[in-house]
Amino acid sequence: MSDLDQTLAAVKARLKAYDGPRMRIMEVCGSHTSAIVKNGIPGLLSPKIELVAGPGCPVCVTPTDYIDRLIALSKEKDTCVVTFGDLLRVPGSSGTLMQAKTAGGRAAMVYSPFDTLALAKAEPETTFVFAAVGFETTAPVYALLLDQILKEQIPNIRFLTAVKTMPPVIDALCAGGADVQGFIAPGHVAVVIGADAFKPLAEKVQLPFGVAGFTGRHLLAAIDGIVRARGRGVVMNFYPEAVAQGGNAKAQALVAKYFEPGDALWRGMGVIPGSGYYLKAAYRRYDAGSRALQHDRPMNAACRCGEVLKGTISPKDCPLFKTACTPLHPQGACMVSAEGNCLSVYNEN
Amino acid sequence: MEQRTITTEHGSGGAATSELIDGIFAKAFDNPVLAQMEDSAVVPGADEIAVTTDSFVVDPLFFKGGDIGRLAVCGTVNDLLMRGAVPKYLTCGFILETGLPLEDLEKIAESMAATAQEAGVTIVAGDTKVVEGRGGLYVNTAGVGFAPCSTIGARQIQPGDVIILSGNLGEHHAAILSERLSIDTDIQSDCAPLVDMVGALMAGTVAVHGMRDITRGGLGTILKEMAEASGLTFELEESRLPVTPKVRDFCSLLGLDPLYMGNEGKMAVMVPESDADEALRLIRMSAYGTHAAVVGRVCAGEPGEVMVKTAVGGQRRIDVLRGEGLPRIC
Repeated sequence: MSDLDQTLAAVKARLKAYDGPRMRIMEVCGSHTSAIVKNGIPGLLSPKIELVAGPGCPVCVTPTDYIDRLIALSKEKDTCVVTFGDLLRVPGSSGTLMQAKTAGGRAAMVYSPFDTLALAKAEPETTFVFAAVGFETTAPVYALLLDQILKEQIPNIRFLTAVKTMPPVIDALCAGGADVQGFIAPGHVAVVIGADAFKPLAEKVQLPFGVAGFTGRHLLAAIDGIVRARGRGVVMNFYPEAVAQGGNAKAQALVAKYFEPGDALWRGMGVIPGSGYYLKAAYRRYDAGSRALQHDRPMNAACRCGEVLKGTISPKDCPLFKTACTPLHPQGACMVSAEGNCLSVYNEN
Repeated sequence: MEQRTITTEHGSGGAATSELIDGIFAKAFDNPVLAQMEDSAVVPGADEIAVTTDSFVVDPLFFKGGDIGRLAVCGTVNDLLMRGAVPKYLTCGFILETGLPLEDLEKIAESMAATAQEAGVTIVAGDTKVVEGRGGLYVNTAGVGFAPCSTIGARQIQPGDVIILSGNLGEHHAAILSERLSIDTDIQSDCAPLVDMVGALMAGTVAVHGMRDITRGGLGTILKEMAEASGLTFELEESRLPVTPKVRDFCSLLGLDPLYMGNEGKMAVMVPESDADEALRLIRMSAYGTHAAVVGRVCAGEPGEVMVKTAVGGQRRIDVLRGEGLPRIC
């Protein structure tokens, strides 16, 4: 066995045998949620270590007002909504963008935000509204897109932003009394903002944070580190090959150039102060009404996405799970995305 | 010089249509049956035949490792092969959009002809229609194969069988996605007719119980469907799944899972464990099977489940692909 394999074996043995106080560890990144399932991590842990998915999937945390606004825009004259695939199927208060599309709305699916440039150039008389959802990870990409729009002076692209930031929502969860004893800190977000960005928070809530990558080894190492740091307000970087302590300064500068922080509405969780990014006043003409989105009414009143996102209930505790709410007929956002909390549990069982 | 493209006139059924058919299709597919230019082809037959049809809408039309023409032949030929049949005849129906460069159409027809020759099938009938559009092309192929093998099917799979994969996962999907996202990779589509590999298996002493080509939905989806149809459990080992480092990196960059990525020249085969070595030997003799590997086994366990033992020793349950995956991949 190589050194690395020996370390892995030792970590696995420790995690399986752990018999200390119960540890509920939350991951707040959709890619982690899906990597945990893909690697079969829960089966490798002691029954005293429980992994719980938090508000880490950008599609899941997007409130209904946002979807409703996209639907309304798709039906406006000479307007086309541009979006990643998952958003098409997320229910707003009375339907999805996909349904709006079959009823005559215009929505184009793209794989990269930069595809919007070609669409806009090909149809100068149409306004293309890019559905800019995501976390700190995607914010630099949107900033880069706006940078290009300004350079090329393309007049017919707007953004409907729902860009959210991680530290404030984790802070809000802890303030709300979340039953969580440690966090797997989001690897991609940390690439941008840096491992140190979680330090003030870790010290404030006195819980361990482990920045993790996305392989089975990464995740096991981080969970092991978090369990061993139980009760301490520390940030550990288990993904140093990609995450610098200070993050990516260039990406941060790009975001700071075009965006400013503001209060943001999260699905089922309400408004969290300072947890969003909005286009700065100087670029407001490129915004399609992002700040006006203040309501969050689920399509199905029994939907408990909010509690699922906060980790207070398991998807299995929602009355709609696997009954009215299935991957083919999702009632809430968490059943839509491949990284969604509910879909992950659905696929696991 | 102005580029010549498809116009509505090419769909008139008159002189321009004839010019198109004679100048491109008849020339590329040239054979005595097609040359008769009758309303239908009359060909020698067999007692029992396998019949299938498939339509191809891939975007872009040309990609690294293939094009829509090669794909249209491989897809239908491989579907015939998966029933143990020997592919014999193909028909093809083209829907051409106005604006399509004739040069592209010519290349696609030539590629179809070359692939048909490689696969040992004859294109015996065809049709062309023109619609208004932006230079797109769609093609449907139907195929006939002789002497299908009645003992191959998901219900023939037995506990104790091993699951063999004929090669690396995800290459077609990654090649198409690279083109679409303008990511500069040298990943080539694996699109290929599996005639020699299946022919060798059928001619040999191996008892093939199940056989399926891995297309849209990827290995995960087809195995889940086969596990359900067989009422057995399939157990895979992640560390044995052949994936090139390039495709693996590409997937991790984009958050994709090789288990759910489409191929166009790969198959999964279930054979008794005692036949595994011989089956591997026969598959590896083909240029398209050099990376073949045993990736798992079949057991009684939980009916209809596909389980993966992950690289770190965990267990993962596999379901069919949900959501859209990647549209217009084939």
